[in-house]
Amino acid sequence: MSAAPRPSVACGTAPTAARTIIAERGQREVFCGLTGIVWLHRKIQDAFFLIVGSRTCAHLMQSAAGVMVFAEPRFGTAIMEEKDLAGLADANDELDRVVTQLLARLPDVKTLFLVGSCPSEVIKLDLARAAQRLQGERTDGVRILYYSGSGIETTFTQGEDACLAALVPELPASAPDAPPSLMIVGTLPDMVEDQFARMLAQMGIERVSFFPARNSRTLPEVGPNTRLLLAQPFLGETARLLEGRGATRLPAPFPFGADGTADWLRAAANAFGVPPATFETVIAAPRARARKALGGPRRQLEGKSIFFFPDSQLEPSLARFLHEELGMRLIEVASPYIHRDHLAEELARLPQSCRLVEGHDVDAQLDRARAAKPDIIVCGLGLANPLEAEGFTTKWSIELVFSPVHGFDQAADLAGLFARPLVRRDLLKV
Amino acid sequence: MQLTVWTYEGPPHVGAMRVATAMKGVHYVLHAPQGDTYADLLFTMIERRDHRPPVTYTTFQARDLGTDTASLLQGAIEGAYERFKPQAMLVGASCTAELIQDDPGGLARALKLPVPVIPLELPSYQKKENWGASETFYQLVRALADTSLKPPPLEGRRPRANLLGPTALGFRHRDDVTEITRLLDGLGVDVHVVAPLNATPADLATLPQADFNVVLYPETAETAARWLERNCRQPMIKTVPIGLGATRAFVAEVVALCGLDPALAADPPGSRMGWWSRSIDSNYLTGKRVFVFGDATHAMAMARVARDELGFEVVGMGCYNREFARDVRALAAEFGLEALISDDYLEVEAAIASVSPELVLGTQMERHIAKRLRLPCAVISAPVHVQDFPARYSPVMGFEGANVLFDTLVHPLVMGLEEHLLAMFRDDFEFNDAQGASHLGGHGASAAPEAVAPAIPAAAQIAAASTVDPSREAALGGAAGEPVLRLVWSSEAERELKKIPFFVRGKARRNTERYASDHGVSEISLETLYDAKAHFSS
Repeated sequence: MSAAPRPSVACGTAPTAARTIIAERGQREVFCGLTGIVWLHRKIQDAFFLIVGSRTCAHLMQSAAGVMVFAEPRFGTAIMEEKDLAGLADANDELDRVVTQLLARLPDVKTLFLVGSCPSEVIKLDLARAAQRLQGERTDGVRILYYSGSGIETTFTQGEDACLAALVPELPASAPDAPPSLMIVGTLPDMVEDQFARMLAQMGIERVSFFPARNSRTLPEVGPNTRLLLAQPFLGETARLLEGRGATRLPAPFPFGADGTADWLRAAANAFGVPPATFETVIAAPRARARKALGGPRRQLEGKSIFFFPDSQLEPSLARFLHEELGMRLIEVASPYIHRDHLAEELARLPQSCRLVEGHDVDAQLDRARAAKPDIIVCGLGLANPLEAEGFTTKWSIELVFSPVHGFDQAADLAGLFARPLVRRDLLKV
Repeated sequence: MQLTVWTYEGPPHVGAMRVATAMKGVHYVLHAPQGDTYADLLFTMIERRDHRPPVTYTTFQARDLGTDTASLLQGAIEGAYERFKPQAMLVGASCTAELIQDDPGGLARALKLPVPVIPLELPSYQKKENWGASETFYQLVRALADTSLKPPPLEGRRPRANLLGPTALGFRHRDDVTEITRLLDGLGVDVHVVAPLNATPADLATLPQADFNVVLYPETAETAARWLERNCRQPMIKTVPIGLGATRAFVAEVVALCGLDPALAADPPGSRMGWWSRSIDSNYLTGKRVFVFGDATHAMAMARVARDELGFEVVGMGCYNREFARDVRALAAEFGLEALISDDYLEVEAAIASVSPELVLGTQMERHIAKRLRLPCAVISAPVHVQDFPARYSPVMGFEGANVLFDTLVHPLVMGLEEHLLAMFRDDFEFNDAQGASHLGGHGASAAPEAVAPAIPAAAQIAAASTVDPSREAALGGAAGEPVLRLVWSSEAERELKKIPFFVRGKARRNTERYASDHGVSEISLETLYDAKAHFSS
């Protein structure tokens, strides 16, 4: 089963072989880390995210969230006003007032994140200290933490990294003699989490935790016996801190597509001594199902060319999937930041012919995309309609972050996100 | 600090973007971090614009702060000029860059670009989107209008007007401009320049050549129009032609100002609003209780339309933009109301809940509030959503706009009447409750409102906003400390209440409970229900 041939991959080198990554610097066209709150607040169901920022932050959140869902949020913005800028002491008093008021009215909130923004960072409002002070004043056990989602420090999905990194010191330490346990790191939809948990249990891996947990009071343990399996490629700082607490990261590609998911699960199986036959038995049915389901989108996507604008840091992993399992031609894969270690397995599987870019220069990238005339362009919401109007077919990248796309049973859904714009283009006579 | 989740207005630089994006040949360099680029999607997604907004962001990062954000800004200005070759440039800072005080205007001047560069100072921590749009348009007009120009002698030509105020992302601006252009053409008046929408800097230079200015959207254009009035002696028409009465008044003003034949002021054949409203089918609209909220211009216009042209009773009104609070307060007083001036949607929600209107006319924010309170709603003002940019022609100004308003304001109520018919056939084999109301997503009609206890949203908890008490037992009490009277509905009275159409049931329940508590009745019987009905009818 494991001998199932992978489509030809133009890489004969070892996974660590250096790839040319072109660094680009210019105007960025991407969300800041605050946007991560849109999915984090849905995942951590007893947390509130309080942005300390400006009217722009509040407007960003409602624009980013409002385009997709108008759910009742557990997030809000404490909008700084002129008088808050004049004296930091006053700003702290004001913050205390807002937090006290908020927590009194929302008794179900067990964790409050104070989230730093561009203006709060620039005026050096010490929200880390404010969180400590506010925590010290409370006796109800509400945890108050700080992280920065500011756009001068974080790009889009990095906000989740910063949030989880703030939670790492709160994780209980596991006993030194605890048996090995597996921690899956990165926000996944509950349904996907359950699928992974079932398969890992079938393999006999019993001690599995997910971070972040659905409930901020049931934080997973971490220690020298913890093995980390990253579910998202943008968790550099979180992984570093978890490793600092003794955990070991299992190198793996990310669980996109049938092969990506199989390889990702295999990394866990190998680390926990699961017999290969057991592993193959457990994944056989879902992998076969995934491969079968990919047949449809593959007919649409095979041989088509694709160009990625930088957005979520998922780009190299998605490109690997589209190339290997759907036969797409990669023209350019740009990502805001490429973690050389965490993405080593992915980079090694990308064809040498594809241009790999780290960073932004939106006008230069637009020029290259126009010149390359790809069959589909993956880009942010600000660029998609203008490119469509120029005659290109586009896929909004943000949907890749907000939809369930990990694992076997979502592989075809993920492929479908890329196939649909092409199908639609063929379909329409307008 | 002000705690908020949803806001009516963005920051002032978004207002500047609405002006820049509306125009041609203008480019705006915004000193701002990368997150601020989200604003592009407002235009490309909500309005489905087929071009990127003409905005270059410097997207400075933390590591730039210690070094040289100023040269980053200069480079961005120079690069944007080279790439886009605009006729004029705007430069400014967003909230974060305002704090680092790089002086975009001075840095831009030092580059000595061969086009006008207009610096914008938009204080982000004091002002908001509409103010930003107004200030930007005013600065553009001041910098670009050629005050040496004058309209040519009137003899032998048609009078000409500028239409001022329409922007990108405006509520129905696209179609209002078309409608008013047609209306003026019918009167024999030409439109000279529409601005900012689709105007170039060269067009702005010629503004003084029109005979007068029409301020379509005072929120954006009043400041600029006043400047033109002072400096170019151009009169302005401030009547906003939303609704039949206002459109007639607007026409009369234009006719008088231009000395045209008064016979021209008659309604055109396509004006249906008045007859639609007088026709007997519309009788049931009489006295419908409506709550009106939006930007000042639209809220005031809709309140007048609601009262004078549809026969509704306006039970609450207000606006979110404080700049026009005085006008709204004055009109509210005329309606015997106190205006709600607030940009806190939780306060608006509480105000709506407290008067239990039968219809809400508001913004996208009120649409969501109304959904939670299970009230019909029509959107009449920005802030906008993708559905406020219909593919079809749909102005709210002029005679066609009045036609559109009749449909827009009445449609949610007609649906209510259909639901009443369904409820009348509640036990009919075809029209049973399980079929539900078509416009409420197929939930059982009888489920409203008793059986539906939506999870109280976190935001509503923050406000401690009261929603309609869904329980059988209602607690009425005045100020804190007063004894609270517990009211119990007898099952007979409760059954009778359910026979009342759902869209007045809440009012009947409330009136009955008020009557009961005023008269010291603790158990509401069938008699109490009808006593209350008689009491409030008399």
